[in-house]
Amino acid sequence: MSDGLGIRDVVVRYDGTRRGAAPSTAVDGVSLDVSQGEVVALLGPSGCGKSSLLRAVAGLEPLAGGAVTWDGEPVDDVPVHRRGFGLMFQDGQLFAHRDVAGNVAYGLAGRRRSDARARVDELLGLVGLAGYGARPTATLSGGERQRVALARALAPEPRLLLLDEPLSALDRSLRERLALDLRAALVATGTTALFVTHDQDEAFAVADRVAVMDRGRLLQVGTPADVWRAPAGERVARFLGYETFVPAAAAPEPVRAAVPTTPGAVLALAPGALVVEDGPLTGTVRAVLARRGRPAVRVAVPGLGEVTALAPLRAGARLVAGDDVALAVDPDAVAVLASEV
Amino acid sequence: MTLTAPRAPAPPAPRRGRTVRRARARGLVGWGLAVALPVAFLAVFFVWPVAVMVGTGFVADGRLDLTGFAEVFSRPRTWRIVGLTLAQAGLATAVSVLLGVPGAYVLHRHAFRGRAAVRALVTVPFVLPTVVVGVAFRSLLVEGGPLGFLHLDGTFAAIVAALVFFNYAVVVRGVGGLWERLDPRAEQAARALGASPWRAFRTVTLPALTPAIASSASLAFLFCATSFGTVLVLGGMRYGTVETEIWVQTTQFLDLRAASVLSVVQLVVVAGVLVVAGRARSRRERALPLAVPDDAVRPLRLRRAPGLPERDPLAVVAAAVTAVAVLLVALPLVNLVVRSLRVGDRWGLDHYVALGTAGDGVLVTVWQAAATSLRTAVDATLLALVVGGLVALVLSRRPRRPAGRRALAGLDAFFMLPLGVSAVTVGFGFLVAMHEPFGLPVDLRSSPLLVPVAQAVVAVPLVVRTVLPVLRAIDPRLREAAATLGAAPGRVLRTVDGAIGARAVGLALGFAFAASLGEFGATSFLARPQNPTLPVVIFRLIGRPGPEAYGRALAASVVLALMTAVVVALCERLRGTTGGEW
Amino acid sequence: MTKEEHHLMAPAISRTARTSALVGAVAALGLALSACSIAGGAAAPSGSAGTPGGTVTLVTHDSFALSDGLLDDFTERTGYRVEVVQPGDAGTLVNQLVLTKDAPLGDVVFGVDNTFASRAVDEGVVQPYTSAAPAAQDAATYAADGGGALTAVDYGDVCINVDHAWFTEHDVPEPATLDDLTDPRYRDLLVVPSPVTSSPGFAFLLATVGAKGDAWPQYWEALKANGLKVAEGWSDAYSTDFSGGGGGGPRPIVLSYASSPPFTVPEGGDEPTTGALLDTCFRQVEYAGVLAGASNVPGAQALVDFLLSDEVQADIPGSMYMYPVSSAVTLPQEWADWAPLAPQPFEVPAAQITEHREEWLAQWSQTVVG
Repeated sequence: MSDGLGIRDVVVRYDGTRRGAAPSTAVDGVSLDVSQGEVVALLGPSGCGKSSLLRAVAGLEPLAGGAVTWDGEPVDDVPVHRRGFGLMFQDGQLFAHRDVAGNVAYGLAGRRRSDARARVDELLGLVGLAGYGARPTATLSGGERQRVALARALAPEPRLLLLDEPLSALDRSLRERLALDLRAALVATGTTALFVTHDQDEAFAVADRVAVMDRGRLLQVGTPADVWRAPAGERVARFLGYETFVPAAAAPEPVRAAVPTTPGAVLALAPGALVVEDGPLTGTVRAVLARRGRPAVRVAVPGLGEVTALAPLRAGARLVAGDDVALAVDPDAVAVLASEV
Repeated sequence: MTLTAPRAPAPPAPRRGRTVRRARARGLVGWGLAVALPVAFLAVFFVWPVAVMVGTGFVADGRLDLTGFAEVFSRPRTWRIVGLTLAQAGLATAVSVLLGVPGAYVLHRHAFRGRAAVRALVTVPFVLPTVVVGVAFRSLLVEGGPLGFLHLDGTFAAIVAALVFFNYAVVVRGVGGLWERLDPRAEQAARALGASPWRAFRTVTLPALTPAIASSASLAFLFCATSFGTVLVLGGMRYGTVETEIWVQTTQFLDLRAASVLSVVQLVVVAGVLVVAGRARSRRERALPLAVPDDAVRPLRLRRAPGLPERDPLAVVAAAVTAVAVLLVALPLVNLVVRSLRVGDRWGLDHYVALGTAGDGVLVTVWQAAATSLRTAVDATLLALVVGGLVALVLSRRPRRPAGRRALAGLDAFFMLPLGVSAVTVGFGFLVAMHEPFGLPVDLRSSPLLVPVAQAVVAVPLVVRTVLPVLRAIDPRLREAAATLGAAPGRVLRTVDGAIGARAVGLALGFAFAASLGEFGATSFLARPQNPTLPVVIFRLIGRPGPEAYGRALAASVVLALMTAVVVALCERLRGTTGGEW
Repeated sequence: MTKEEHHLMAPAISRTARTSALVGAVAALGLALSACSIAGGAAAPSGSAGTPGGTVTLVTHDSFALSDGLLDDFTERTGYRVEVVQPGDAGTLVNQLVLTKDAPLGDVVFGVDNTFASRAVDEGVVQPYTSAAPAAQDAATYAADGGGALTAVDYGDVCINVDHAWFTEHDVPEPATLDDLTDPRYRDLLVVPSPVTSSPGFAFLLATVGAKGDAWPQYWEALKANGLKVAEGWSDAYSTDFSGGGGGGPRPIVLSYASSPPFTVPEGGDEPTTGALLDTCFRQVEYAGVLAGASNVPGAQALVDFLLSDEVQADIPGSMYMYPVSSAVTLPQEWADWAPLAPQPFEVPAAQITEHREEWLAQWSQTVVG
């Protein structure tokens, strides 16, 4: 029916390592489609089964149920190396006994020598490591290693690239920069990709669509904006970073007015939903913090409890715990949840 | 940035069913062969002769006769011997581990001048023929000898000391091989969390080393429990072991019934130890955070380094223990060299000059014998590398099903058995079973091929124990990465397991080579061709009257020791050039 | 590594390639050496090509040796090529022959001594053959059995040896008899190899059995009380414990051979520093025989004859340190001077030895080892 990857009711179970131990279900009936050229992020907390799902798609874990298809054809019987699904690991898993070029060329076995060499150069250029071919992998920094791993995974032009937390071992600034580079590389090569991460910023930066997963099940699938605006429940919202939840009916009027609500709805506030500036709300500063250099405060607001509000830079220095401050509402950081399931 | 292929061309989707089944069948056949070949090798050249020999003792007048058990077990001597075997081997293993672990720390975790020489030195005892060790050790301990004041000659302590002398290197190499690759940051983290150096070692490093320690200890125990020459020479009949008793019952009394019962007892004891060691190993064995050896190795500093608040107390203690251990290993060796230079009442190289001439009942020169030894050892080592490499490869798999894992554990223990079964039983077994084996019209007993084969049987477990930890430490995801890059299982094996495992080959090579150079147990019972190996020539020379033959035997022993040291050092270099990270 | 990849990485490389090359080179060298040893080790093609008589296989112990070229003379004379198989020491030889009776290791055995002779005959590992060589009559003097299956080739005396130098230095008179050895004056001075693990050691046990009859255990108890030391083997006792054996040990009295003293003539000296006590000896005789089931019986018989030839008999003292049975050959001068035989060695009949071996050894162990 569809072109691209199809995941149908997939179940992955692990046998107990000891005799008699009960098997645990890591993926519990997940269905998801990734069309050709699309990048989908699988977002979820650690241990939610997203990596297991990825490994099952790659053919590294046996399916206990369901099916994985490509262009509608089941690939269950196709061994890993014939699937044409590339996989990039969190820690790169570079071959330490080969240099950078040797790693990138690994998936090019069988090509003409000159072609392979050109392809290696092309990909090293793509990931910003032109001229690194002769380097032993042990001399690379963490970011460089992941770039090599990406180049290696892209080299054989996989019809689907699976990325297992490829950036999470890196520091924040590098991660943000690499996330953009990764997105650029995937788009430039038109690669279909399924991308596992626990970082919503990363997921939103890289993916066309986001699939939120928890405890082996998919909770919501949608574009980053849709998912952000309308999380499919408190669990999803919490995972996306929403921190405060109040029934719409009980919320202070200015907050309720910021978004269209339905009866029985719950409002979710992300950090920054309130801003320290002239506004209709008043709160008491409990603590002063900083978010990415910008001042932020924990404020107690009647009817909301304690929330994180952002403050303009010039206001930061004046804020002291115990003060009362005026607060405005930023509607982009307030989501409406259908009544909690 | 010029990019071609905007979209990945989908590889031709394989037809479901037949292709897949064929690929799977190929894989099964491949692994089947990898299991079958070593198993067949061991079955033909070890299990079969041992079974025939043991079986001979249990068959009387064509009927199965197990009354031997009752009779042998009713002798109080049997129980005493079993107890003595366990005591000797257990104590010697414990001391080897206690001395060997600090030795591994100093010799594999630290760099200092002369380290390669010390490492080679401690390996030498491993290959010396027992007759030579007897001379080297006893002439130290005998009344009036340099250490005569200790009154150790003929005591239990002397046997344990000699067994430790043999097995110190087993522990140092086994533990050091892992330790030098262990990421030091885990221990540093523990220190930063407030642990004392000792506590950090005990709670972080020691648990990580447990598999290697258990593995080396079980090897050392097997060597100790089946040692027979050393025990006889140093302890006489008083401290007989199951092994010496089998030797006496078989070669002197031809009481095969008793010998067979004792062989079974030995097998049970050995299997028990292997099971215990295997448990300890597998409970701890997992992929470890390994580091580039160069990063983990630090210069040895015994004084407080400038800029550091304290001396490294572990290094100081370990260095002290190692200094004592190396001294204990070196003493008999130095004694040997000194004696080989003694000509009558003066000093000289006369015995070394005489190595170039045949005579004294030996038709070849020592140099010719050395060449024969080297060639035989090369054959044996290659055989052991192929068989042991395959076994290690199979054992490094991690089957999903518990049944598969249990089967591998069984296979693992199976290939350790040659170290735990009496060389007398194996040697006599060869004589009885290798005439037209399985109806083939060949008499393998007098074939020059049987000697390297017998040596390889003993060297295989060493290769397995050396290569396996390296293969097991390979992150399985490395293989998965290769597979997702399109590498078929064969290519994954070749480019991941093969490429990485090849680095352990240097160490395995040295170990196996040393073992086959020195193997004198089963080999000494084989019909040897006219080209004797060096240990055989030494054995014959030392059995000749006259100070010339004796001196020549000692000089030849020094040559054997040097040969071993050089081979081991070369193999270490081979390993040294293969630095990199696992 | 495929060819393509190798070239791809070629400009860059690196330790990886060098390592592979090194490993490859070592493997290749190994293979070359190996091929060389397997091919070379097989020696000349076995079988009868070129030699009309074929091959005759001699099974013997570790100590067997003849001067270079002697066996070639045999081949030249008879056409039989000799292959020597040495599966262990003298003590193990007969048991190995018994175990391989159904598929013998060779055609002819040399080195069965009188302590094992009747077991070899009783177990039927040898077949009757009476040599017609000139020395055969001398050999018959030492015959072990009535069946004529074993032919005596050489003999020697196992005797207590003393270190003259030590006794001179310490101004102690040397012992002379077995009884002297229990004298407190010689306390802590005697070392003997164990009868259980050494054939000269067993021979000395037989000497005491021959001398003391049923009272031999009491004699050993007295030896033990007088500080007897038991070593594992002859070389251990002679080279490590004995003060006169070159190893510089502490004990001046050792069990060895009557032929040992000539080897202790010091450089530039003309007299040995040790001597054998001829009243403490047991005579060992070494036999040859045609193996039952031999595939080359004529060759085996020819080889037995050859062992009795003057050529071999004259070579025996120099190569195997034993006395030839033939009275026709002259002994080396230093043997005549310094290695006389015991006029009346102690004797124990071969049949008795076979019958009581286990019992005596067990009793010895109980008495001496405890």
